[in-house]
Amino acid sequence: MTLDLARIRADFPALGQDMYGKHLTFLDSAASAQKPRPVLDALRSFYEFEYANVHRGVYWLSQRATERYEQSRAKVRAFLNAARDEEIVFVRGATEGINLVAQSWGRAFLQPGDEVVISAMEHHSNIVPWQMLRDERGIVLRIAPITDDGDLDLAATASLIGPRTKLVAIAHVANALGTILPVREVVAMARKVGAKVLVDGCQAVPHMAVDVRDLDVDFYVFSGHKLYGPTGIGILYARHEHLVAMPPWQGGGDMIRSVTFEKTEYADPPAKFEAGTPHIAGAVGLGAAIDYVQAIGFDAIVAHERDLMTYATERLGRINSLRIIGTSKTKSSVISFTLAGVHPHDIGTILDREGIAIRAGHHCAQPVMDRFEVAATARASFGIHNGRDDVDALVAGITKVLEIFA
Amino acid sequence: MSDLRDLYQEVILDHSKRPRNFHAIDGAELAKGHNPLCGDRVTVFVKVVDGVIADVGFQGDGCAISKASASLMTEAVKGKRADEARHLFTLFHDVCTRDDVEDPEGELEKLEVFSGVREYPVRVKCATLPWHTLVAALDHKPDTIKTE
Repeated sequence: MTLDLARIRADFPALGQDMYGKHLTFLDSAASAQKPRPVLDALRSFYEFEYANVHRGVYWLSQRATERYEQSRAKVRAFLNAARDEEIVFVRGATEGINLVAQSWGRAFLQPGDEVVISAMEHHSNIVPWQMLRDERGIVLRIAPITDDGDLDLAATASLIGPRTKLVAIAHVANALGTILPVREVVAMARKVGAKVLVDGCQAVPHMAVDVRDLDVDFYVFSGHKLYGPTGIGILYARHEHLVAMPPWQGGGDMIRSVTFEKTEYADPPAKFEAGTPHIAGAVGLGAAIDYVQAIGFDAIVAHERDLMTYATERLGRINSLRIIGTSKTKSSVISFTLAGVHPHDIGTILDREGIAIRAGHHCAQPVMDRFEVAATARASFGIHNGRDDVDALVAGITKVLEIFA
Repeated sequence: MSDLRDLYQEVILDHSKRPRNFHAIDGAELAKGHNPLCGDRVTVFVKVVDGVIADVGFQGDGCAISKASASLMTEAVKGKRADEARHLFTLFHDVCTRDDVEDPEGELEKLEVFSGVREYPVRVKCATLPWHTLVAALDHKPDTIKTE
């Protein structure tokens, strides 16, 4: 069940580079993950030998491309343990997935005064689409608060979810804090009042096995690029009955059964939601990324990353002027921190010159920054290729920061 | 390490930790600056009497570069004519972005320490934000200046 770190690292060409003459320490997988060679190879060989448009041609290449595209859909279905392939919609990323639900399901089924509950630790992508719907449709947006540790305040959440609640939309793992949210508990609260549940799984799918049927969620979205896959491809999982009931979002080719100027009949899901030529190669690359992480196995990934989080939390915790933002007992792969007297952007610049890539800023979660009364944080996040030596490099880098600002 | 010291020079660290003229000024023209990338926020207060900057101060929160830049800016422009301050900004902007800047008169004085910023393109806006904000205040444009 252990993970062969040396072999995994050898799979990531980007990690073999030096930055400013120093070995690259990449600690920003939460923003976007580096790509392993099997994903790069899959993209290349698909474009070289199997590429054509999908769902159209009678010729061999088009059939082959269609097959590869649909195989990836089946891989995603199995990856999420969805009931059927038709529940997997290819989108550009999690952001597009959430916007699709807001614009299609939200516009069709939410009335003025209906309530959508989100948590106070959401990424902007799970805030702004609901605000847009609020301004357009007069729905009410309610914010479930978080505790000082960065946990969801469950009691307060329970009191917010009531008869007017139609949707609860939360992250599976909070991107700025690393908190793993108690999805099951939230689903149970939502079910009591008949509300639907959307989960943003961006920061979860690279780090833990996800079973959408076991979680009993209605919608689940994630981005391929955080799962070691290409940019521009992501997934919306939705229960089949929802996809059948939801109106199309974008119109165009591939999403229709027949078109006349008088009347258009739409295709069945998922095609109904995939207007236009999709990111075919992206889907193929995402399939390769899923194969890659599944070959390593989530038992090994979870054990390895848990060790890394424990080690990093302990080592960073020994630095006196360092404050970890987000101290939940259930965290995954993300450590946000501040240093007394040093702005996160200065931390980021100094670490950069040491070859260490971290994120500094608000992490597209400005309400989280406000909640913890910081303008920004520095954030180290882990991927499967990180090891304790990366944490040691980070600690040495922070020591340099403190020397300069002494 | 040595190149980091080019950016984080003692003068910059000193001014970021102990910013000068770090206060509001009653009855002064003011403008606000915001760098959405960093979250840096600065408010510049300026009092012009007979075309001369009689008093200038700032408030806000930001990285060492933006804070030191604001602090050194207030020292540099106090007592100067408004048009001299604008001219100084042009020179300053050049020193932050180009390596062929000519300053034969030595007008930049201490501001020369920001020449290291040009090696860090994403940080140039941190250094120039207070100056953009000062110019907005001189132009009576109190709306928030954004670097993006």
